Amino acid sequence: MADITLKKIYVKVWRQNSAKEKGRFETYEVENISQGSSFLEMLDILNDKLIREGKDPIAFDHDCREGICGMCSLYINGRAHGPDRDITTCQLHMRKFNEGETITIEPWRAGAFPVIKDLIVDRTAFEKIQQAGGFVSVNTGGIPDGNAIPIGYDDAEEAMDAASCIGCGACVATCKNSSAMLFVAAKVSQLAKLPQGKVEAKRRARNMVTKMDELGFGGCTNTGACELECPKGISISHIARLNREYLVAKLAE
Amino acid sequence: MSKGSFLSASIGRKFLMSITGLFLVTFIIVHLTLNLFLIFDDSGDLFNLAAHFMATNPLIKIMEPVLAIGFGVHILWSIIITVQNMRARPVGYNKTSQSVNSTWASRNMFILGGLIFVFLGIHLYAFWWKMKFAGDPLLTHTTVMQGGVPVEMENAYNLVATMFKQSLFYSITHILGGVLLGLHITHGFWSAFQTIGLNNHLWRKRLFVLANIIGWIFAIGFSIIPLYFMIKF
Ligand code: HEM
Ligand code: SF4
Ligand code: FES
Repeated sequence: MADITLKKIYVKVWRQNSAKEKGRFETYEVENISQGSSFLEMLDILNDKLIREGKDPIAFDHDCREGICGMCSLYINGRAHGPDRDITTCQLHMRKFNEGETITIEPWRAGAFPVIKDLIVDRTAFEKIQQAGGFVSVNTGGIPDGNAIPIGYDDAEEAMDAASCIGCGACVATCKNSSAMLFVAAKVSQLAKLPQGKVEAKRRARNMVTKMDELGFGGCTNTGACELECPKGISISHIARLNREYLVAKLAE
Repeated sequence: MSKGSFLSASIGRKFLMSITGLFLVTFIIVHLTLNLFLIFDDSGDLFNLAAHFMATNPLIKIMEPVLAIGFGVHILWSIIITVQNMRARPVGYNKTSQSVNSTWASRNMFILGGLIFVFLGIHLYAFWWKMKFAGDPLLTHTTVMQGGVPVEMENAYNLVATMFKQSLFYSITHILGGVLLGLHITHGFWSAFQTIGLNNHLWRKRLFVLANIIGWIFAIGFSIIPLYFMIKF
Protein backbone atom coordinates (compact mmCIF):
# COMPACT_ATOMS: atom_id res chain seq x y z
CA MET A 1 0.00 0.00 0.00
CA ALA A 2 1.33 3.33 -0.97
CA ASP A 3 1.99 5.74 1.85
CA ILE A 4 -0.39 8.64 2.23
CA THR A 5 1.10 12.05 1.51
CA LEU A 6 0.46 14.87 3.97
CA LYS A 7 -0.27 17.84 1.70
CA LYS A 8 0.48 20.45 4.29
CA ILE A 9 1.61 20.45 7.91
CA TYR A 10 2.80 23.21 10.21
CA VAL A 11 5.99 22.84 12.22
CA LYS A 12 6.37 25.10 15.24
CA VAL A 13 10.04 25.04 16.22
CA TRP A 14 12.13 26.61 18.95
CA ARG A 15 14.80 28.81 17.38
CA GLN A 16 17.69 30.10 19.46
CA ASN A 17 20.92 31.35 17.91
CA SER A 18 23.17 30.61 20.86
CA ALA A 19 23.14 29.77 24.54
CA LYS A 20 23.32 33.46 25.39
CA GLU A 21 20.61 34.81 23.12
CA LYS A 22 16.91 34.62 23.77
CA GLY A 23 14.95 32.07 21.80
CA ARG A 24 11.50 32.13 20.20
CA PHE A 25 9.09 29.86 18.35
CA GLU A 26 8.82 30.01 14.56
CA THR A 27 6.18 28.23 12.55
CA TYR A 28 7.00 26.81 9.11
CA GLU A 29 4.78 25.24 6.47
CA VAL A 30 5.94 21.94 5.08
CA GLU A 31 4.28 20.46 1.99
CA ASN A 32 4.00 17.00 0.49
CA ILE A 33 5.45 14.83 3.22
CA SER A 34 4.98 11.08 2.78
CA GLN A 35 3.70 9.42 5.94
CA GLY A 36 6.31 6.77 5.25
CA SER A 37 9.15 9.19 5.83
CA SER A 38 10.80 9.47 9.21
CA PHE A 39 10.41 12.51 11.41
CA LEU A 40 14.02 13.52 10.88
CA GLU A 41 13.60 13.19 7.09
CA MET A 42 10.73 15.63 7.38
CA LEU A 43 13.09 18.04 9.17
CA ASP A 44 15.72 17.43 6.46
CA ILE A 45 13.15 18.41 3.82
CA LEU A 46 12.20 21.50 5.80
CA ASN A 47 15.87 22.44 6.20
CA ASP A 48 16.48 21.96 2.49
CA LYS A 49 13.67 24.40 1.82
CA LEU A 50 15.05 26.88 4.37
CA ILE A 51 18.53 26.72 2.80
CA ARG A 52 17.06 27.32 -0.68
CA GLU A 53 15.27 30.35 0.71
CA GLY A 54 18.57 31.60 2.08
CA LYS A 55 17.49 31.08 5.67
CA ASP A 56 19.34 29.47 8.58
CA PRO A 57 18.50 25.74 8.76
CA ILE A 58 17.16 24.32 12.05
CA ALA A 59 19.95 22.79 14.14
CA PHE A 60 19.07 19.39 15.63
CA ASP A 61 21.10 16.44 16.89
CA HIS A 62 21.21 13.09 15.09
CA ASP A 63 23.76 10.48 14.12
CA CYS A 64 23.01 6.79 13.62
CA ARG A 65 19.34 7.24 12.67
CA GLU A 66 18.65 3.68 13.74
CA GLY A 67 17.93 4.08 17.42
CA ILE A 68 21.25 3.03 18.90
CA CYS A 69 23.44 6.08 19.42
CA GLY A 70 21.21 8.25 21.61
CA MET A 71 22.12 11.42 19.75
CA CYS A 72 18.68 12.46 18.47
CA SER A 73 16.48 14.25 20.98
CA LEU A 74 13.48 16.60 20.51
CA TYR A 75 10.41 17.16 22.65
CA ILE A 76 7.61 16.69 20.11
CA ASN A 77 4.01 17.64 20.86
CA GLY A 78 4.69 17.54 24.57
CA ARG A 79 6.54 14.23 24.67
CA ALA A 80 10.20 13.23 24.59
CA HIS A 81 10.90 11.48 21.26
CA GLY A 82 7.33 12.21 20.18
CA PRO A 83 4.04 10.35 20.29
CA ASP A 84 5.10 6.71 20.36
CA ARG A 85 6.45 4.21 22.88
CA ASP A 86 9.92 2.67 23.07
CA ILE A 87 11.45 4.63 20.20
CA THR A 88 13.96 7.38 19.60
CA THR A 89 13.07 10.37 17.42
CA CYS A 90 14.95 8.89 14.47
CA GLN A 91 12.59 5.90 14.67
CA LEU A 92 9.49 8.09 14.69
CA HIS A 93 7.48 8.14 11.48
CA MET A 94 5.24 10.75 9.95
CA ARG A 95 2.33 8.32 9.99
CA LYS A 96 1.90 9.37 13.62
CA PHE A 97 0.79 12.82 12.38
CA ASN A 98 -2.24 14.10 10.50
CA GLU A 99 -3.00 16.39 7.61
CA GLY A 100 -2.94 20.05 8.58
CA GLU A 101 -1.55 19.37 12.07
CA THR A 102 0.73 21.81 13.88
CA ILE A 103 3.66 19.91 15.34
CA THR A 104 5.43 21.61 18.26
CA ILE A 105 9.13 20.83 18.58
CA GLU A 106 11.12 21.94 21.61
CA PRO A 107 14.61 21.15 22.85
CA TRP A 108 15.13 19.01 26.00
CA ARG A 109 14.43 21.41 28.85
CA ALA A 110 16.64 21.12 31.94
CA GLY A 111 19.04 23.47 33.67
CA ALA A 112 21.71 20.78 33.38
CA PHE A 113 21.15 20.53 29.60
CA PRO A 114 21.64 24.11 28.33
CA VAL A 115 20.62 24.91 24.76
CA ILE A 116 23.56 25.26 22.37
CA LYS A 117 21.56 26.21 19.30
CA ASP A 118 17.91 25.74 18.31
CA LEU A 119 17.05 22.15 19.28
CA ILE A 120 20.55 21.07 20.25
CA VAL A 121 21.30 20.85 23.96
CA ASP A 122 24.57 20.20 25.75
CA ARG A 123 24.42 16.76 27.36
CA THR A 124 28.01 16.80 28.67
CA ALA A 125 26.51 16.51 32.16
CA PHE A 126 25.86 12.81 31.45
CA GLU A 127 29.56 12.29 30.58
CA LYS A 128 30.51 13.96 33.83
CA ILE A 129 28.26 11.61 35.80
CA GLN A 130 29.80 8.65 33.99
CA GLN A 131 33.29 9.91 34.74
CA ALA A 132 32.38 10.06 38.43
CA GLY A 133 32.14 6.26 38.62
CA GLY A 134 30.34 4.60 35.73
CA PHE A 135 33.20 2.18 35.05
CA VAL A 136 35.15 -0.70 36.58
CA SER A 137 38.60 0.30 37.78
CA VAL A 138 39.62 -2.77 39.79
CA ASN A 139 41.85 -5.28 38.08
CA THR A 140 39.59 -8.01 36.71
CA GLY A 141 42.38 -10.01 35.07
CA GLY A 142 42.46 -11.20 31.48
CA ILE A 143 39.50 -12.37 29.42
CA PRO A 144 37.87 -15.19 31.42
CA ASP A 145 36.98 -18.51 29.78
CA GLY A 146 33.33 -18.81 28.83
CA ASN A 147 31.17 -19.68 31.85
CA ALA A 148 34.19 -19.56 34.17
CA ILE A 149 32.38 -16.95 36.27
CA PRO A 150 28.83 -18.20 36.78
CA ILE A 151 26.21 -15.46 36.56
CA GLY A 152 22.55 -16.25 37.17
CA TYR A 153 20.15 -15.85 34.28
CA ASP A 154 18.07 -13.16 36.01
CA ASP A 155 21.15 -11.16 36.98
CA ALA A 156 22.53 -11.32 33.46
CA GLU A 157 19.20 -10.27 31.99
CA GLU A 158 18.79 -7.34 34.37
CA ALA A 159 22.34 -6.16 33.76
CA MET A 160 21.79 -6.36 30.00
CA ASP A 161 18.49 -4.51 30.25
CA ALA A 162 20.19 -1.72 32.17
CA ALA A 163 23.08 -1.71 29.70
CA SER A 164 20.73 -0.91 26.85
CA CYS A 165 20.56 2.74 28.02
CA ILE A 166 21.85 4.91 25.17
CA GLY A 167 22.27 8.07 27.24
CA CYS A 168 19.77 10.07 25.19
CA GLY A 169 18.42 12.13 28.09
CA ALA A 170 14.73 11.55 27.40
CA CYS A 171 14.29 10.57 31.05
CA VAL A 172 15.54 13.99 32.16
CA ALA A 173 13.53 15.79 29.49
CA THR A 174 10.33 13.99 30.47
CA CYS A 175 10.68 14.16 34.22
CA LYS A 176 8.78 17.02 35.81
CA ASN A 177 11.79 17.48 38.12
CA SER A 178 14.46 17.13 35.41
CA SER A 179 15.82 14.20 37.40
CA ALA A 180 18.56 12.02 35.93
CA MET A 181 17.80 9.11 38.26
CA LEU A 182 16.82 6.65 35.51
CA PHE A 183 20.04 7.26 33.61
CA VAL A 184 22.19 7.00 36.74
CA ALA A 185 20.25 3.94 37.91
CA ALA A 186 20.85 2.21 34.57
CA LYS A 187 24.56 2.98 34.66
CA VAL A 188 24.86 1.78 38.26
CA SER A 189 22.74 -1.34 37.72
CA GLN A 190 24.51 -2.61 34.60
CA LEU A 191 27.63 -3.02 36.73
CA ALA A 192 26.17 -3.71 40.16
CA LYS A 193 24.53 -6.93 38.95
CA LEU A 194 27.82 -8.40 37.69
CA PRO A 195 30.75 -9.74 39.77
CA GLN A 196 33.33 -7.42 38.17
CA GLY A 197 31.24 -4.39 38.99
CA LYS A 198 30.08 -5.41 42.47
CA VAL A 199 33.39 -4.54 44.11
CA GLU A 200 32.92 -0.83 43.57
CA ALA A 201 29.11 -0.77 43.58
CA LYS A 202 28.67 1.34 46.70
CA ARG A 203 31.38 3.86 45.92
CA ARG A 204 30.03 4.12 42.39
CA ALA A 205 26.45 4.83 43.51
CA ARG A 206 27.62 7.45 45.99
CA ASN A 207 29.95 9.27 43.61
CA MET A 208 27.57 9.27 40.66
CA VAL A 209 24.64 10.52 42.74
CA THR A 210 26.79 13.25 44.27
CA LYS A 211 27.88 14.34 40.80
CA MET A 212 24.28 14.22 39.56
CA ASP A 213 23.15 16.55 42.38
CA GLU A 214 26.10 18.86 41.83
CA LEU A 215 25.22 19.29 38.14
CA GLY A 216 21.77 20.61 39.02
CA PHE A 217 19.48 17.73 38.08
CA GLY A 218 16.32 17.54 40.19
CA GLY A 219 15.33 14.79 42.62
CA CYS A 220 13.19 11.77 41.81
CA THR A 221 9.57 11.75 42.98
CA ASN A 222 8.74 8.40 41.39
CA THR A 223 6.17 9.60 38.87
CA GLY A 224 7.40 6.83 36.57
CA ALA A 225 7.19 9.03 33.46
CA CYS A 226 10.84 8.34 32.54
CA GLU A 227 10.28 4.60 32.19
CA LEU A 228 7.38 5.11 29.79
CA GLU A 229 9.25 7.63 27.64
CA CYS A 230 12.64 5.88 27.70
CA PRO A 231 13.30 4.52 24.17
CA LYS A 232 14.83 1.42 25.72
CA GLY A 233 12.12 0.89 28.33
CA ILE A 234 14.60 0.98 31.23
CA SER A 235 12.64 0.00 34.35
CA ILE A 236 12.34 2.25 37.39
CA SER A 237 13.08 -0.89 39.43
CA HIS A 238 16.68 0.06 38.72
CA ILE A 239 16.01 3.33 40.58
CA ALA A 240 14.99 1.31 43.64
CA ARG A 241 18.31 -0.52 43.36
CA LEU A 242 20.21 2.76 43.07
CA ASN A 243 18.42 4.09 46.17
CA ARG A 244 19.33 0.90 48.02
CA GLU A 245 23.00 0.99 46.96
CA TYR A 246 23.24 4.66 47.84
CA LEU A 247 21.57 4.37 51.25
CA VAL A 248 23.69 1.37 52.21
CA ALA A 249 26.83 3.18 51.03
CA LYS A 250 25.93 6.22 53.13
CA LEU A 251 25.14 4.13 56.21
CA ALA A 252 28.51 2.41 55.90
CA GLU A 253 30.41 5.71 55.82
CA MET B 1 28.55 9.09 58.39
CA SER B 2 28.53 12.69 57.24
CA LYS B 3 24.99 13.66 58.07
CA GLY B 4 25.09 17.09 56.48
CA SER B 5 25.85 15.76 53.04
CA PHE B 6 23.30 12.96 53.38
CA LEU B 7 20.42 15.24 54.27
CA SER B 8 21.27 17.71 51.55
CA ALA B 9 21.67 14.99 48.89
CA SER B 10 18.67 14.36 46.66
CA ILE B 11 18.22 10.77 47.82
CA GLY B 12 18.82 11.72 51.46
CA ARG B 13 16.07 14.33 51.33
CA LYS B 14 13.69 11.89 49.76
CA PHE B 15 14.63 9.31 52.37
CA LEU B 16 13.48 11.71 55.08
CA MET B 17 10.22 12.34 53.18
CA SER B 18 9.49 8.64 52.90
CA ILE B 19 10.31 7.78 56.52
CA THR B 20 8.19 10.63 57.88
CA GLY B 21 5.48 9.82 55.32
CA LEU B 22 5.27 6.17 56.38
CA PHE B 23 5.25 7.23 60.02
CA LEU B 24 2.32 9.52 59.26
CA VAL B 25 0.56 6.65 57.49
CA THR B 26 0.76 4.48 60.62
CA PHE B 27 -0.61 7.36 62.65
CA ILE B 28 -3.47 7.82 60.18
CA ILE B 29 -4.34 4.12 60.37
CA VAL B 30 -4.68 4.34 64.18
CA HIS B 31 -6.54 7.63 63.93
CA LEU B 32 -9.01 6.32 61.36
CA THR B 33 -9.66 3.13 63.29
CA LEU B 34 -10.55 5.06 66.44
CA ASN B 35 -12.65 7.57 64.51
CA LEU B 36 -14.72 4.83 62.96
CA PHE B 37 -16.04 4.10 66.50
CA LEU B 38 -18.07 7.27 65.92
CA ILE B 39 -20.34 5.52 63.47
CA PHE B 40 -20.41 2.07 65.02
CA ASP B 41 -21.80 3.12 68.38
CA ASP B 42 -24.50 5.79 68.44
CA SER B 43 -24.40 6.03 72.24
CA GLY B 44 -20.88 7.47 71.82
CA ASP B 45 -19.45 5.40 74.69
CA LEU B 46 -17.00 3.49 72.51
CA PHE B 47 -15.59 6.67 70.94
CA ASN B 48 -15.46 8.49 74.27
CA LEU B 49 -13.53 5.60 75.81
CA ALA B 50 -11.04 5.69 72.94
CA ALA B 51 -10.66 9.47 73.14
CA HIS B 52 -10.25 9.26 76.93
CA PHE B 53 -7.60 6.59 76.52
CA MET B 54 -5.71 8.69 73.96
CA ALA B 55 -5.89 11.76 76.21
CA THR B 56 -4.60 10.03 79.31
CA ASN B 57 -2.22 7.28 78.14
CA PRO B 58 1.43 8.26 78.87
CA LEU B 59 2.74 6.57 75.71
CA ILE B 60 0.36 8.63 73.59
CA LYS B 61 1.52 11.75 75.43
CA ILE B 62 5.10 10.98 74.36
CA MET B 63 3.98 10.30 70.79
CA GLU B 64 2.23 13.64 70.41
CA PRO B 65 5.38 15.76 70.04
CA VAL B 66 6.96 13.03 67.91
CA LEU B 67 3.96 13.25 65.62
CA ALA B 68 4.27 17.01 65.45
CA ILE B 69 7.94 16.67 64.52
CA GLY B 70 7.01 14.07 61.89
CA PHE B 71 4.55 16.47 60.30
CA GLY B 72 6.99 19.37 60.59
CA VAL B 73 9.87 17.54 58.90
CA HIS B 74 7.58 16.12 56.21
CA ILE B 75 6.17 19.53 55.35
CA LEU B 76 9.47 21.41 55.60
CA TRP B 77 11.32 18.94 53.41
CA SER B 78 8.48 18.81 50.93
CA ILE B 79 8.96 22.56 50.41
CA ILE B 80 12.73 22.19 50.03
CA ILE B 81 12.33 19.29 47.56
CA THR B 82 9.68 21.05 45.51
CA VAL B 83 11.63 24.30 45.22
CA GLN B 84 14.80 22.40 44.31
CA ASN B 85 12.98 20.39 41.64
CA MET B 86 11.37 23.46 40.14
CA ARG B 87 14.75 25.16 39.93
CA ALA B 88 16.13 22.20 37.95
CA ARG B 89 14.10 23.37 34.92
CA PRO B 90 14.57 27.14 34.62
CA VAL B 91 12.92 27.29 31.17
CA GLY B 92 9.74 25.27 30.92
CA TYR B 93 8.04 23.59 27.99
CA ASN B 94 5.46 25.29 25.85
CA LYS B 95 3.48 22.11 25.44
CA THR B 96 3.49 18.98 27.60
CA SER B 97 1.37 15.84 27.65
CA GLN B 98 2.28 14.44 31.05
CA SER B 99 -1.00 12.65 31.55
CA VAL B 100 0.07 9.93 29.10
CA ASN B 101 2.98 8.84 31.23
CA SER B 102 2.18 9.49 34.89
CA THR B 103 -0.72 9.70 37.34
CA TRP B 104 -2.19 13.04 38.32
CA ALA B 105 -1.52 12.41 42.02
CA SER B 106 2.16 11.66 41.40
CA ARG B 107 2.58 15.01 39.65
CA ASN B 108 0.68 17.03 42.24
CA MET B 109 1.92 15.75 45.58
CA PHE B 110 2.88 19.20 46.78
CA ILE B 111 -0.51 20.69 45.87
CA LEU B 112 -2.28 17.77 47.55
CA GLY B 113 -0.02 18.09 50.59
CA GLY B 114 -0.57 21.85 50.74
CA LEU B 115 -4.34 21.41 50.72
CA ILE B 116 -4.03 18.71 53.39
CA PHE B 117 -2.06 21.26 55.42
CA VAL B 118 -4.91 23.77 55.13
CA PHE B 119 -7.37 21.08 56.15
CA LEU B 120 -5.13 20.18 59.07
CA GLY B 121 -5.42 23.74 60.37
CA ILE B 122 -9.21 23.64 60.24
CA HIS B 123 -9.31 20.15 61.74
CA LEU B 124 -6.99 20.92 64.63
CA TYR B 125 -8.91 24.09 65.46
CA ALA B 126 -12.26 22.33 65.33
CA PHE B 127 -11.41 19.44 67.63
CA TRP B 128 -7.91 19.16 69.04
CA TRP B 129 -7.68 22.79 70.14
CA LYS B 130 -11.09 22.70 71.86
CA MET B 131 -10.55 19.35 73.57
CA LYS B 132 -7.04 20.16 74.68
CA PHE B 133 -7.06 23.86 75.50
CA ALA B 134 -10.01 26.09 74.75
CA GLY B 135 -12.88 23.90 75.83
CA ASP B 136 -16.35 24.15 74.30
CA PRO B 137 -19.97 24.19 75.55
CA LEU B 138 -20.52 21.01 73.53
CA LEU B 139 -17.86 19.23 75.57
CA THR B 140 -20.22 18.19 78.35
CA HIS B 141 -19.18 15.53 80.84
CA THR B 142 -20.43 11.99 80.67
CA THR B 143 -19.99 8.80 82.65
CA VAL B 144 -18.95 5.65 80.85
CA MET B 145 -18.54 2.16 82.34
CA GLN B 146 -14.92 1.11 81.97
CA GLY B 147 -14.28 -2.50 83.06
CA GLY B 148 -17.31 -2.38 85.37
CA VAL B 149 -16.23 0.91 86.94
CA PRO B 150 -18.01 4.18 86.10
CA VAL B 151 -15.51 6.76 84.84
CA GLU B 152 -16.29 10.39 84.26
CA MET B 153 -14.87 11.88 81.07
CA GLU B 154 -15.40 14.60 78.47
CA ASN B 155 -18.12 13.84 75.95
CA ALA B 156 -15.92 14.16 72.85
CA TYR B 157 -18.55 12.26 70.90
CA ASN B 158 -21.05 15.03 71.54
CA LEU B 159 -18.67 17.67 70.16
CA VAL B 160 -17.83 15.74 66.98
CA ALA B 161 -21.34 14.47 66.31
CA THR B 162 -22.97 17.87 66.87
CA MET B 163 -20.44 19.67 64.68
CA PHE B 164 -21.02 17.28 61.79
CA LYS B 165 -24.80 17.41 62.20
CA GLN B 166 -24.97 21.19 62.36
CA SER B 167 -22.10 22.57 60.33
CA LEU B 168 -22.06 21.99 56.60
CA PHE B 169 -18.68 23.73 56.47
CA TYR B 170 -16.99 21.30 58.85
CA SER B 171 -18.63 18.29 57.22
CA ILE B 172 -17.57 19.26 53.72
CA THR B 173 -14.01 20.22 54.68
CA HIS B 174 -13.63 16.87 56.44
CA ILE B 175 -14.92 14.94 53.44
CA LEU B 176 -12.51 16.86 51.19
CA GLY B 177 -9.67 16.30 53.64
CA GLY B 178 -10.21 12.54 53.48
CA VAL B 179 -10.29 12.47 49.70
CA LEU B 180 -7.15 14.63 49.38
CA LEU B 181 -5.30 12.45 51.86
CA GLY B 182 -6.41 9.33 49.98
CA LEU B 183 -5.09 10.74 46.70
CA HIS B 184 -1.81 11.72 48.37
CA ILE B 185 -1.40 8.14 49.58
CA THR B 186 -2.23 6.44 46.26
CA HIS B 187 1.14 7.75 45.14
CA GLY B 188 2.91 8.34 48.45
CA PHE B 189 2.65 4.85 49.86
CA TRP B 190 4.35 2.93 47.06
CA SER B 191 6.68 5.85 46.32
CA ALA B 192 8.00 5.67 49.88
CA PHE B 193 9.05 2.03 49.47
CA GLN B 194 10.67 2.81 46.13
CA THR B 195 12.62 5.65 47.78
CA ILE B 196 13.91 3.44 50.57
CA GLY B 197 14.96 0.92 47.95
CA LEU B 198 12.52 -1.75 49.10
CA ASN B 199 11.12 -2.45 45.66
CA ASN B 200 11.75 -4.52 42.56
CA HIS B 201 9.89 -5.44 39.38
CA LEU B 202 7.71 -7.93 41.25
CA TRP B 203 6.90 -5.88 44.33
CA ARG B 204 6.20 -2.63 42.52
CA LYS B 205 2.93 -4.00 41.15
CA ARG B 206 1.90 -5.27 44.58
CA LEU B 207 2.86 -2.03 46.31
CA PHE B 208 1.05 0.01 43.68
CA VAL B 209 -2.15 -1.97 44.24
CA LEU B 210 -1.69 -1.75 48.01
CA ALA B 211 -1.16 2.03 47.80
CA ASN B 212 -4.42 2.37 45.91
CA ILE B 213 -6.28 0.19 48.40
CA ILE B 214 -4.95 2.17 51.38
CA GLY B 215 -5.67 5.44 49.59
CA TRP B 216 -9.25 4.42 48.96
CA ILE B 217 -9.70 3.18 52.53
CA PHE B 218 -8.47 6.55 53.85
CA ALA B 219 -10.67 8.51 51.45
CA ILE B 220 -13.83 6.50 52.09
CA GLY B 221 -13.12 5.91 55.79
CA PHE B 222 -12.69 9.59 56.66
CA SER B 223 -15.45 10.95 54.46
CA ILE B 224 -18.03 8.39 55.59
CA ILE B 225 -17.98 9.81 59.15
CA PRO B 226 -19.35 13.30 58.39
CA LEU B 227 -21.62 11.77 55.74
CA TYR B 228 -23.09 9.43 58.36
CA PHE B 229 -24.02 12.29 60.65
CA MET B 230 -25.26 14.48 57.79
CA ILE B 231 -27.55 11.79 56.43
CA LYS B 232 -28.64 9.92 59.52
CA PHE B 233 -29.56 12.85 61.74
C1 HEM C 1 0.34 18.07 55.89
C2 HEM C 1 0.82 18.39 54.79
C3 HEM C 1 1.57 17.48 53.85
C4 HEM C 1 2.37 17.96 52.87
C5 HEM C 1 2.66 19.41 52.58
C6 HEM C 1 2.90 16.82 52.16
C7 HEM C 1 3.72 16.91 51.06
C8 HEM C 1 4.34 15.85 50.45
C9 HEM C 1 5.23 15.94 49.32
C10 HEM C 1 5.59 17.21 48.57
C11 HEM C 1 5.67 14.69 49.07
C12 HEM C 1 6.71 14.26 48.06
C13 HEM C 1 6.17 14.21 46.73
C14 HEM C 1 6.57 13.07 45.91
O1 HEM C 1 7.21 12.10 46.34
O2 HEM C 1 6.17 13.18 44.76
C15 HEM C 1 5.05 13.81 50.00
C16 HEM C 1 5.27 12.47 50.03
C17 HEM C 1 4.65 11.62 50.90
N1 HEM C 1 3.71 11.94 51.85
FE1 HEM C 1 3.07 13.79 52.26
N2 HEM C 1 2.43 15.66 52.71
C18 HEM C 1 1.60 16.02 53.76
C19 HEM C 1 0.91 15.16 54.57
C20 HEM C 1 1.05 13.78 54.56
C21 HEM C 1 0.33 12.89 55.43
C22 HEM C 1 -0.70 13.28 56.47
C23 HEM C 1 0.78 11.63 55.11
C24 HEM C 1 0.41 10.32 55.70
C25 HEM C 1 -0.74 9.91 56.01
C26 HEM C 1 1.76 11.74 54.06
C27 HEM C 1 2.42 10.68 53.51
C28 HEM C 1 3.35 10.78 52.49
C29 HEM C 1 4.10 9.68 51.94
C30 HEM C 1 4.03 8.22 52.36
C31 HEM C 1 4.92 10.21 50.94
C32 HEM C 1 5.88 9.45 50.05
C33 HEM C 1 7.32 9.66 50.32
C34 HEM C 1 8.16 9.23 49.14
O3 HEM C 1 7.78 9.46 48.01
O4 HEM C 1 9.22 8.68 49.36
N3 HEM C 1 1.90 13.07 53.74
N4 HEM C 1 4.25 14.54 50.84
S1 SF4 D 1 17.53 5.72 30.80
FE1 SF4 D 1 16.40 5.65 28.83
S2 SF4 D 1 15.72 7.76 28.54
FE2 SF4 D 1 17.31 7.85 30.09
S3 SF4 D 1 19.22 8.24 28.97
FE3 SF4 D 1 19.05 6.00 29.14
S4 SF4 D 1 18.00 5.35 27.28
FE4 SF4 D 1 17.68 7.58 27.42
S1 FES E 1 20.10 9.24 15.77
FE1 FES E 1 21.05 7.60 16.87
S2 FES E 1 19.44 7.07 18.24
FE2 FES E 1 18.45 8.52 16.98
